[in-house]
Amino acid sequence: MRAFVLSVMLSLAAPLMAGPALAVQPDEVLSDPALEARAREITSELRCVVCRNESVDDSTADIARDVRLMVRERLVAGDTNPEAIQYMVDRFGEYILLNPRASGTNLILWISGPVLLLAGLGIAFVAIRRRKPATEVLSAEEEARLKDLLRD
Amino acid sequence: MIVELGHFALLLAFGLSLLQTVVPLVGAQRGWADWMAAASPIASTQFVLIALSFGALTYAFVTSDFSVVLVVDNSHTLKPLIYKISGVWGNHEGSLLLWVLILALFGACAAWFGGNLPATLQARVLAVQGSIGAAFMAFMIFTSNPFLRTPFPPFDGHDLNPLLQDPGLAFHPPFLYLGYVGLSMAFSFAVAALIEGKVDAAWGRWVRPWTLAAWICLTIGIALGSWWAYYELGWGGFWFWDPVENASFMPWLFATALLHSAIVVEKRETLKAWTVLLAILGFGFSLMGTFIVRSGLITSVHAFASDPERGIVILLIFAVFVGGSLTLFAIRSSALEAKGVFGLVSRESALVLNNVLLAVASFVVFVGTMWPLISEMAFDRVLSVGAPFFDAAFTPFMVALAIALPIGAVLPWKRGKLARAARSMVGPAVLAIALGALAFTLQTGRSVLAPIGLTLGVWLVTGSLVDLWMRSGRQGFGDRVRRVLRLPRADWGKAISHSGLGITIFAVSAVLGWSSEDIRVAHVGESFEHGGYTITLTGVERVAGPNYISTTGHVEVRDGERLVTMLDPEKRVYPAAGMPTTEAAIDVSLTRDLYIALGDPQENGGWALRTYVKPFALWLWAGAIIMGLGGLVSLSDRRFRIAAGARKAPLAAAPAE
Repeated sequence: MRAFVLSVMLSLAAPLMAGPALAVQPDEVLSDPALEARAREITSELRCVVCRNESVDDSTADIARDVRLMVRERLVAGDTNPEAIQYMVDRFGEYILLNPRASGTNLILWISGPVLLLAGLGIAFVAIRRRKPATEVLSAEEEARLKDLLRD
Repeated sequence: MIVELGHFALLLAFGLSLLQTVVPLVGAQRGWADWMAAASPIASTQFVLIALSFGALTYAFVTSDFSVVLVVDNSHTLKPLIYKISGVWGNHEGSLLLWVLILALFGACAAWFGGNLPATLQARVLAVQGSIGAAFMAFMIFTSNPFLRTPFPPFDGHDLNPLLQDPGLAFHPPFLYLGYVGLSMAFSFAVAALIEGKVDAAWGRWVRPWTLAAWICLTIGIALGSWWAYYELGWGGFWFWDPVENASFMPWLFATALLHSAIVVEKRETLKAWTVLLAILGFGFSLMGTFIVRSGLITSVHAFASDPERGIVILLIFAVFVGGSLTLFAIRSSALEAKGVFGLVSRESALVLNNVLLAVASFVVFVGTMWPLISEMAFDRVLSVGAPFFDAAFTPFMVALAIALPIGAVLPWKRGKLARAARSMVGPAVLAIALGALAFTLQTGRSVLAPIGLTLGVWLVTGSLVDLWMRSGRQGFGDRVRRVLRLPRADWGKAISHSGLGITIFAVSAVLGWSSEDIRVAHVGESFEHGGYTITLTGVERVAGPNYISTTGHVEVRDGERLVTMLDPEKRVYPAAGMPTTEAAIDVSLTRDLYIALGDPQENGGWALRTYVKPFALWLWAGAIIMGLGGLVSLSDRRFRIAAGARKAPLAAAPAE
């Protein structure tokens, strides 16, 4: 699969920068607005594989147009969103997904944020708590004396 | 001749930066006052030399001196003057020279305004600053020299990348660099403090204004960049989670955290080691950003002059400075003793929460940006990490931050009561939730994104106002207003910046949640309806620009019978660079942007036309600018004028209070 992606990349000159003009062309738009909305949702999560970090929804590259049309074909043929996405992954590899799947090694990517947040909060909590007793807690003796003083 | 002078000035400045690194450092270690005192004049001279060098390069661009390779590659005689000037930094070599110029400017400022610093601290700060300059000038002179000549000057240049021929380029990179490089001051102070083994309130008071200044520039720079992308790329996106954007966003998040923890160092003499660490990481991520932009290791729409080999050198510089300073931190941070004690519910703890959220959010952006590289190298799994991931993984942190902010901001130092702080914020909370609910019921069948953003925005803005109001005592209304107006500017800055954040959060969610789009083939003379407007393409014509040819559409927008605006979206072709660009036409108003982009001619004689209505788009950048403005107000606070500029402005003292 990678070989295919590579050959696609080599065969097409990669546009250097975000292209101009319109990405989604008027003739691509489906007549059914609900279906079209689903298509847009999907294509905005697929990468234009020859571009520098653009979704096929934003890209003017020819291959991006092909992908947009393919997605629409699949939807018209009755695919669900996950099926249409899987169809693209089968053809272009995982590289096409802008939203990396939370499976296998990618779990590290997805859970690193929450884990680090918990760790950070935990460390901060312990550090702040530990700092307290040294100066703030009165001994039993001091407590008694304080009560004494307050009574007067 | 002038180019050679510039080249020579740069070489001299490099030599001086080496001196600036060694002499004051040795002087401070040995206690030799004259060696330490040498640092200031060296730093000033170095700045003057680099400024001369930069002037020489600008001269070569303005006069279109095509014997200089850089000018050939990035300029053209027909290019308008402003782009000849901004073209100086619209390329790798020139942008490095700008980088070094700003670095030297900050060094010189530490020399000019740092007279009231302890002599050893100032000497060490200047030495660290000098060493950064030396590293980057060496990099520039040996791998990316902007002054190289060509023996066969062509008649004309290759022109600047057309996407960069925009007023955006004139302002966006300089501001961004002021921010990136400004963080070097915090870094230099951090490393100097580690060498000294001492961080105290005075150190905090010194570091804060520099960080604040850098943060303001970074905020404005990022906002300008986002605005530029919005109108230039032709489809109204404003943030793409592109590696290069992330590279500017990560230092911004760290600078924001640093800004807040430096307050704790200044007021309470605690969180010292953490603040020093943040200062190191903040600048570290600036360097990382430079590496990402310049190396082309991570593909990006921004990498207009990337080169893997140069990337390795920047990675080396990054490793030496960040690795070195972190090692120093590991050895010396235990010497930074905390003084202030605080409870779990206190302003200090709230600022720690702010720091944890911002630092982890930045880390998430970092992991997401680097993951494709890590995954491919470590797991042989080629994949992409794009906007959907960042939206999902980053947004929760900002939501948490926004929810906690108004309450944290009114907690007292040392120890507070959560219930009491929460009670004071009941009003803003009720108002925010009510408005959010109202928006939710008014909109039909759209995502909850925009109402949530509205709730958070109202919560932040009204929370900031209530915070100010609560500081005005318990007297009559007029008396309280007078007191609010007389509050320290730092308090005003805080309220303004936090409101700006609220406005930006609201605008981001409004644009994402409430935008509408229309794509169609428009025939000249025919009208269509979109977003309550009647839109007519009245004509398309060819117009010749100075160095481009434009296809300009004329579009009339009516609301019923009333003419709202006439828009002229363009498509341009730049023959010298052989590249087309889109110039969208935007009608900006307080409540919405009407955004029209012209596409290709169609077979049946019509034109592809894209129309967007983007509610509250203006507020996106307004919010960011307000954030920066709050920073400026805070920067003008009396305590900084007294602490940082005492020698300079004895007459500018505020009236007695």
